Amino acid sequence: MNEILEKKKLAYGVHLFWIKNELIAKKAKPGQFVIFRTHDSGERIPITIAGVNNNKFRVIVKAVGKSTYELCKLQPGDKIADISGPLGMPSEIKFYGKVLVVGGGVGIATIIPIVQALISSGNDVDVILASRSREFFFLTDEFENAKNVYYVTDDGSFGDKGFAHEKMDKLLKEKQYDIAWAIGPALMMKACSEVAKKNNLKIWVSLNAIMVDGTGMCGGCRVLINNEMKYTCVDGPEFDGRLVNWDSFMIRLSQYREEEKLALERYLEKVGEPTWL
Amino acid sequence: MAVKDRIPPVERKPEERAKDFEEVSLGYTEELAILEAKRCLQCKVPTCVSGCPVGIDIPGFIKEISKRNFEKSYRILKSYNSLPAVCGRVCPQEVQCEGVCVLNKAGKPISIGNLERFVADWAMQNNLEDKITIERKINKKIAVIGSGPAGLTNAAEMAKRGYVVDLYEVFHTPGGVLVYGIPEFRLPKAIVNKEVAFLEKLGVNIKLDIPVGFAVHPMELLETYDAIFIGVGAGTPKFMGIDGTELNGVYSANEFLTRINLMKAYKFPEADTPVKFAKNVVVIGGGNTAMDAARSALRLGANVTVVYRRSKVEMPARKAEIEHAKEEGIKFQTLTQPVRYIGNNGRLVAIECIKMKLGEPDSSGRRRPIPIEGSNFVIKADMAIEAIGTQANKLLLSQFEGLELNKWGYIKADDYGKTSLPKVFAGGDIVTGSATVILAMGAGKKAANAMEKFLY
Ligand SMILES: Cc1cc2nc3c(=O)[nH]c(=O)nc-3n(C[C@H](O)[C@H](O)[C@H](O)COP(=O)(O)OP(=O)(O)OC[C@H]3O[C@@H](n4cnc5c(N)ncnc54)[C@H](O)[C@@H]3O)c2cc1C
Ligand SMILES: Cc1cc2nc3c(=O)[nH]c(=O)nc-3n(C[C@H](O)[C@H](O)[C@H](O)COP(=O)(O)OP(=O)(O)OC[C@H]3O[C@@H](n4cnc5c(N)ncnc54)[C@H](O)[C@@H]3O)c2cc1C
Ligand code: SF4
Ligand code: FES
Repeated sequence: MNEILEKKKLAYGVHLFWIKNELIAKKAKPGQFVIFRTHDSGERIPITIAGVNNNKFRVIVKAVGKSTYELCKLQPGDKIADISGPLGMPSEIKFYGKVLVVGGGVGIATIIPIVQALISSGNDVDVILASRSREFFFLTDEFENAKNVYYVTDDGSFGDKGFAHEKMDKLLKEKQYDIAWAIGPALMMKACSEVAKKNNLKIWVSLNAIMVDGTGMCGGCRVLINNEMKYTCVDGPEFDGRLVNWDSFMIRLSQYREEEKLALERYLEKVGEPTWL
Repeated sequence: MAVKDRIPPVERKPEERAKDFEEVSLGYTEELAILEAKRCLQCKVPTCVSGCPVGIDIPGFIKEISKRNFEKSYRILKSYNSLPAVCGRVCPQEVQCEGVCVLNKAGKPISIGNLERFVADWAMQNNLEDKITIERKINKKIAVIGSGPAGLTNAAEMAKRGYVVDLYEVFHTPGGVLVYGIPEFRLPKAIVNKEVAFLEKLGVNIKLDIPVGFAVHPMELLETYDAIFIGVGAGTPKFMGIDGTELNGVYSANEFLTRINLMKAYKFPEADTPVKFAKNVVVIGGGNTAMDAARSALRLGANVTVVYRRSKVEMPARKAEIEHAKEEGIKFQTLTQPVRYIGNNGRLVAIECIKMKLGEPDSSGRRRPIPIEGSNFVIKADMAIEAIGTQANKLLLSQFEGLELNKWGYIKADDYGKTSLPKVFAGGDIVTGSATVILAMGAGKKAANAMEKFLY
């Protein structure tokens, strides 16, 4: 259990893992996540389940700090000390008609199961994939059953130059959609939600709040949805992006910035250059 | 007859203990325990037993201490209570056994809790093997959900009776509040681990990291197991909901304590989980949780004030812990209620409070706090910790269709733990709302009796 079966580098600092865990593989639904603790003094970090296959499940991890650096250093054969899950409410998958799904950065991984499930439920799905530049796209062949796939890069190295929400805005001028999803960095989800709001389109976003337990027991992941307090881990992680208080969400994400920096510095002092990223 | 004063346990000095998370009370030495045990009158009709929720033979185990038969004393104790080292430390004895000891009439009651703890610790230090007698193997399977005191007790009881027991826990460590709520300085985690290891010896299959409801559906449990015990606690924190609750620096006590106790954030960066090291901490509430949070914050180097809306006499926390908190230098601001958090760039900087006065008694029998208009004032604070109570843990209940809940959202169960579903039993905080360790254990045990009857 919890053994890394396969590992693949997708881009600088972005790694794919297949991990053995029958229970999670059997039970995971699109939109759900797990909590990892890589070792005994490790912290609990939430990661989305980005696919399942028999007795294993897949995650795609972006190295941003100590815990994810450490995780990305692990090799096939290594074991993750603890994986708790699946957690969170699954995405609301059903027949809507025409659906637009936006994935940005590592969010591309998160939307794969959602897009596939939406297609299986008979929806026409258009996808916008956004990243910093061409080399940060991955697993794009897994979107081949989508109606259309649009690419956007910050630097214009592939597809349209610009941001995901700009592409979304353009598409909404030409086409009608019944519902949308946007998953990626907070700023991207915020901007997409504003576009959706303007167009009266319901949009699901997946909030990557800072979590501890992931089971509704601490309230650390609380967010304001339509001015009401919700716990991301048990009430979400998906919420209607038009109702999210983005400013408070993003401020809360920065809570431990100094501590995170310190932890990473200390770690790099110990292990040297993170050549494995 | 003159009653000798009770023997105080050995405690570490406030100035020393306030700097670390090691245990405050060192308990009794053998000699002190014997002296205290000799004070017991060995009543023919011992009132103390009626005050103990699991009916421990109190004079019985105390008598053996006075005769230096520590092992025998331990056997008596353990036959009633599977977590004596825990209960001896955290039970509110002043309102239970000690509260009804006859010696209250003439002086100070017997220190039953300290004696219980002494015997349990003695047994651990002397590596006393627990005698495991499993009556006979019964080919029936029990699922226990949640490894807090209720679940641990139910699992142990069912295993002793010969059933096959699977214990499910969503966290990476078993123990419930004993590991994530109550701090090391009151209840060392090594002790909880030892007591949990006893379950493994009984053959209980402990399955960690499994959120029941998500990883295992209640329907599957109903199909696979002959009976189910739910002991998932009341772990969801409540917030007052005043303006500014979303500010950085505002914590629920559960989050703060989970970071400290379970994740060892006080060792950051040796442990990976961070916690803020604040200068001025305000803890809101007057229960055990508030005391634990306040004393933990103090140990991280903060200047700590407890803000409570009633007066000191109404505080529900254990008296001993309020005393400990005071000795360690925690300030108390009673008859005060926060009304607004004040932030700067998203970080908490101060709390606006209002003064209160006490009115008529409310349904709980305590005098109701009423705000005094115009008495608002501001306290400087870079961290606020709300310890105003918890509610039912939603993780499982949202998935358990057909399970009846009461109007507060807790599981409806009778005195024997029977719920609205035939195979399903429940006990502990998820039935009663936040209560005590021993009541959760008592509920786990009662439900075991009912489950056995049901399965027979
Ligand atoms: C429901 C959910 C699903 C997630 N799924 C994935 C996933 O599939 N793949 C993946 O790579 N990451 C995912 N994340 C984010 C992941 O949990 C964080 O990147 C991780 O906790 C960072 O830990 P760290 O110690 O490496 O970095 P830290 O040192 O803790 O943080 C470094 C930087 O990352 C930012 N950060 C911290 N916590 C988070 C967070 N929870 N989300 C986003 N940024 C954060 C900080 O602001 C900081 O700038 C998910 C988060 C949630 C809540
Ligand atoms: C800070 C604090 C201090 C306290 N101090 C005292 C004290 O001094 N004395 C005293 O007597 N009492 C004290 N209490 C109260 C006491 O701890 C509780 O009444 C008692 O722990 C309740 O036990 P329980 O077994 O019902 O639940 P819990 O101890 O809450 O255990 C429930 C367990 O179930 C798990 N769980 C929840 N949902 C699921 C799921 N879906 N699947 C799997 N597992 C799940 C949880 O992770 C947890 O481990 C304190 C409480 C707190 C919070
Ligand atoms: S009531 Fe007090 S004195 Fe009497 S047996 Fe119990 S502990 Fe001893
Ligand atoms: S992470 Fe603790 S409540 Fe959501």
